[in-house]
Amino acid sequence: MDMSQYLEIFIEESKEHLQSLNQSLLQLEKNPDDRAMLNEIFRVAHTIKGMAGTMGFNRMSKLTHDMENVLHALRNDELEVTPELVDILFRCFDALENYTANIIETGSEGNTDSKELSDVLSGLLRNKKKSGAKASEQTKAGAPPAPETEREIASDLELDQYETNLINKAADMGNDAWQITVRLNKGCLLKSARAFIIFKTLERHSEIIKSVPPVQDIEDEKFDFEFTVIVLTRADAEVIRKDLNSIAEVDDVIMKLIKERNKAAVGVQAEEMPAADQLQIPADIRQAAAPGQDGPEPVTKKTKTGKTVRVDIDRLDVLLNLVSELIIQKTRLEGLEGIERTQQYVEAIEYLERITTSLHDAVMKVRMVPVETVFNRFPRMIRDVSRELGKEVELEMSGVDTELDRTVIDEIGDPLIHLLRNACDHGIESKEERRKLGKPESGKIELKAYQDGNNVVIEVGDDGQGIDVEKVRKKIVERGLVSKDAAANLSKKDLIEYLFRPSFSTAEKVTDISGRGVGLDVVKTKIETLGGTVEVETETGRGSRFYIRLPLTLAIIQALLVMIGEEKYAIQLSSVHKIINITPDDIKTVQKQEVVMYRNSVIPIVRLREVLEVPGGSDADQKVMTLVIVKKGERLTGFIVDRIIGQQEIVQKSLGKYLAGTRVITSATILGDGNVALILDVNALAN
Amino acid sequence: MADQNTTDARRYLVFRLENDEYGIEIDKISTIIEKDMDITRVPKQPAFVKGVINLRGEIIPVLSLRLKFGLDDDVYNEDTRIIIIKVDDLSIGLIVDSVAEVVLLDDETTESVSNIAGERPLEYLKGVGKPDGRIITLLDLEKIVMPEEAAT
Repeated sequence: MDMSQYLEIFIEESKEHLQSLNQSLLQLEKNPDDRAMLNEIFRVAHTIKGMAGTMGFNRMSKLTHDMENVLHALRNDELEVTPELVDILFRCFDALENYTANIIETGSEGNTDSKELSDVLSGLLRNKKKSGAKASEQTKAGAPPAPETEREIASDLELDQYETNLINKAADMGNDAWQITVRLNKGCLLKSARAFIIFKTLERHSEIIKSVPPVQDIEDEKFDFEFTVIVLTRADAEVIRKDLNSIAEVDDVIMKLIKERNKAAVGVQAEEMPAADQLQIPADIRQAAAPGQDGPEPVTKKTKTGKTVRVDIDRLDVLLNLVSELIIQKTRLEGLEGIERTQQYVEAIEYLERITTSLHDAVMKVRMVPVETVFNRFPRMIRDVSRELGKEVELEMSGVDTELDRTVIDEIGDPLIHLLRNACDHGIESKEERRKLGKPESGKIELKAYQDGNNVVIEVGDDGQGIDVEKVRKKIVERGLVSKDAAANLSKKDLIEYLFRPSFSTAEKVTDISGRGVGLDVVKTKIETLGGTVEVETETGRGSRFYIRLPLTLAIIQALLVMIGEEKYAIQLSSVHKIINITPDDIKTVQKQEVVMYRNSVIPIVRLREVLEVPGGSDADQKVMTLVIVKKGERLTGFIVDRIIGQQEIVQKSLGKYLAGTRVITSATILGDGNVALILDVNALAN
Repeated sequence: MADQNTTDARRYLVFRLENDEYGIEIDKISTIIEKDMDITRVPKQPAFVKGVINLRGEIIPVLSLRLKFGLDDDVYNEDTRIIIIKVDDLSIGLIVDSVAEVVLLDDETTESVSNIAGERPLEYLKGVGKPDGRIITLLDLEKIVMPEEAAT
């Protein structure tokens, strides 16, 4: 996958996070006891780690990981915030800033290693108080499981479904897959540098789809003297062998043709990931490498930033307001009386109409972005994460073209990363466990976006083990959050709520992926600041599903305008099921609730005049009533209105903070005559 | 502003409700408009919330100070004005009988709340200005725009 399109987002987000990190560090230096600041720094470090990891900027990711360990110890009071320590954190910040600067310049994080800083950080951890013993185990658990991968080297490499699929595809295109084991001279000093040259050489002829140990480990010199790669190539084996043998300090090259033809293994998964994405090659290596000769796609090009302008959303708001005003004035002009409708006049108005419509569309388009722009980084992430965990995870995405306001899009990346990582790490069980449970070995994570009325819903679901609510119950008692008796009475829903509290994690082990208790509270806070909500459904053994409901701010919607008394109201057209006429005799009462029969089912009715306390008039004297039947989920409800005005495209406008608590109204819109009409909250009214 | 040299001198806009004069700090006012548009009623709101208006594309809530202060409901005429104030990023319109003038008040001509008793709406009061023998009730806008439950 070409990551360059996400580079821009990464850079902008990194800049913001670094800015906030800087401020938080300054605050922490002033008030070393400020827990909130510490939490904030931790979150920022965690977020940067995730982002850098996703983009393949491993040095950044490593450094932030080390920072996190120290910050974690600080949060657990195993270390004290001293001026020296803050100094070190500042140095880390500088290093991160340098990496970002490098990325902006060249598209790569550069070759500067932060080993010294990392050493200092781990030195701090060694000196921590006794109570820290447990935490240091946790940090160990965070290290990549190197030994296990090394065991595989001698035997034939195990291929996962995805790789098999790739090999099959390559074969269809006339490419061979070779398993190449390179043994380095035992006297070799700079093993990783040598390996780098070998990778580069291989990439001249072929495309590397797998490496054991992983490239990250090879880079860190975490391998003995040999490593194995699988490449796809059209080149002659002997040419490759000769080239490799010509590299100094290469002792032996063992090549083996892979004849994989496992049709059953061909899955849907591969469709989502273009082939250049196979190997997590650090960006700098990848950029240096020449494009693979026969690779289906050239390796990432060197990317520089530019071409986009980041505009303050407020300015777009102003622009949109002006355009809305223009449309209102145009409507007024059309309706003006006492003007002779000459041919020229009509033409001018029509032309004006076209321009304002295009202008409006253009401005709206600037603000609306398909969720795809955020979702696109996830397949790669899931792949990397699942591999790291030794699990098989399939990511299914749908509704990627669902559009959201730009303000919202920019913010949902982080929460979604947290949820997806959680699902991989805690949700999906290990392969062995899944086999035992009779589940398919490959876990499934579903990422779904769709519009639901005034909201966009994003679902993150997995078919894993679900949230163990009993474990949560135990944990909150252990933490002293709730007394044992009180905890026993908490419902499943209450217990799940605790997961969204700061510093709460049920994971037994801390891993690189998640499990420190950052995450869910960050997710919740973020979504709520966007005016949205998060809900969880979970079933033990069956999996969990998170529902993120986000408002479609400032969206244009199709609405049905209705008249009640002297007042005009708008009902979102997407929730209108049907409009029918009824007579007062049709209304029956069942358990004090007024209902009507509609298509053989009983539906409750709501007299909007009464609920909305519209002054004057009454429904009683009407012989025929207009019933707008709305749909909420599968449920139908009838709203009695006086008159239908018609259908119209309207711009939703917030009622503002002062009236934010008005339950039956979601927002307002400005009509052609300049007056305001309120948009009814169908969900609230139907209850 | 030339007056800023005087210590604590502030400009206040004076407006009338019934027979009394009230003042609000002029730097909290974004604009004053005539009441020549319809106000859209918002359901489920206390009576003093008259509704919302469209001010250059922005939806602004409009409050009746008369009802808020327990006076009779507004009767709109050509003197009626809506003063649009901005407090804490919140734009709100206040309906008043009429707008008089801008006065300059300093410590000499202002008395703080503690010295005042009487029939004026005490809870929204910040002080009283007494230029040239007049009595101008100075309003605490923060308290006025606070939701009802919190203010009382």
